[in-house]
Amino acid sequence: MKKCLVVDDSKVIRKVARHILEALEYDVDEAADGEQALHYCQETMPDVVLLDWNMPVMSGIDFLRALRTIEGGQGPRVIFCTTENGRSHIEAAIEAGANEYVMKPFDRETLETKLQLAGAE
Amino acid sequence: MNEESLSAPASKILAGLLEARTGQVISANRFWRIETALKPIMREYDIPDLDALVAVLLSVESDDLQREVIDAMLNNESSFFRDTMMFSLLQKQVIPHIAKERASSKKLRIWSSGCSTGQEPYSLAMMFAEESFKWKDWDIEIVATDISQDALNYARKGVYSQFEIQRGLSVERMLRYFKQVGSTWSIKDDVRSMVRFRQDNLLRSSSDLRNFDLVLCRNVVMYFSPEARHQAYHRLAQALHPGGFMMLGAAETVIGYDTEFSVSKDFRGCYERRPAGEPLAIRA
Ligand SMILES: C[S@@+](CC[C@H](N)C(=O)[O-])C[C@H]1O[C@@H](n2cnc3c(N)ncnc32)[C@H](O)[C@@H]1O
Repeated sequence: MKKCLVVDDSKVIRKVARHILEALEYDVDEAADGEQALHYCQETMPDVVLLDWNMPVMSGIDFLRALRTIEGGQGPRVIFCTTENGRSHIEAAIEAGANEYVMKPFDRETLETKLQLAGAE
Repeated sequence: MNEESLSAPASKILAGLLEARTGQVISANRFWRIETALKPIMREYDIPDLDALVAVLLSVESDDLQREVIDAMLNNESSFFRDTMMFSLLQKQVIPHIAKERASSKKLRIWSSGCSTGQEPYSLAMMFAEESFKWKDWDIEIVATDISQDALNYARKGVYSQFEIQRGLSVERMLRYFKQVGSTWSIKDDVRSMVRFRQDNLLRSSSDLRNFDLVLCRNVVMYFSPEARHQAYHRLAQALHPGGFMMLGAAETVIGYDTEFSVSKDFRGCYERRPAGEPLAIRA
């Protein structure tokens, strides 16, 4: 079973994402901000990270940049999942090492194909 | 009597009109959808209910209204690279195979039949754009048709909502082939210009939609009556070169129909127009 870390400061969004991901047979864990997520990854590197942009303490993009520099941090497929929908944000995310990008709101089917496209399935 | 049974005869007439024009069947237990689909038109023309709409359709010679009504009853759902695996099959296997056959003429003709709002032919165009180094001196024609004028207008514009753009499209392709305009995404001109859109009813014969190497007719005939489906398969076969390929939607097949197609042994999910022994394939 593949491990997916859902990083979002909204409990509701984490729950929705968990629901979809578990139906796709991922083993899901949650983090409420980038710093928590980074600590988590230093312990156990997940296969997939579903990542929000705007979060307190440490933002998604700062987390991603940090993740890509730590040992084993190249491995996870990272999918941004955010209300930030401007081209410049999307480009910055890819630049920082994101594999895919989902603009909120999204539905199950969209997330499912994006996981496929990111090579996470 | 409840409202539903009151409006049943009108729904039946409208479903009959749809089937006569397009081949699409709406079963009685889905008649309720007709009213939902036609609400905006009724509101626009100040028509109170389906009975009144039918009365107008029968009493006024209005091709425009009839066309609008039919368009509104059609299911236009689509997405980019719908069934991702099928598009990689095309890109990695089917198209290279056809290209080998056409190596001397360097001409490829592809038909997206029932192209709806354009996602399907534009997905094909992006595939070719992506490997432009391979196709530099080729003449690639992508013809895309639909019966729905509304869908075609949308397709020609090539402007997609946030929801549509991320359905099936990788972020890389989205950034490469689309411009962001406000919250919408507009396909770039070099990709747009690779596709020629025109109106066509799959159930009418046409003399000039012919000589294709590949035909996509996906998620169209699944809504047809068996007779209409049969007719459509014949039309699609006529449009292909002998040896050309057809790809249907993931839930569709020609198996069980007496057609000019055989199941492709090499490409799962594709059908090949049988090369010889076809009365209609005789050459002059
Ligand atoms: C569900 S969409 C499929 C779009 C696309 N091929 C795909 O797979 O995503 C079906 C399309 O077929 C069109 N259609 C229905 N009957 C037709 C007919 N008789 N001739 C041509 N197009 C037709 C509809 O207008 C609609 O756009």
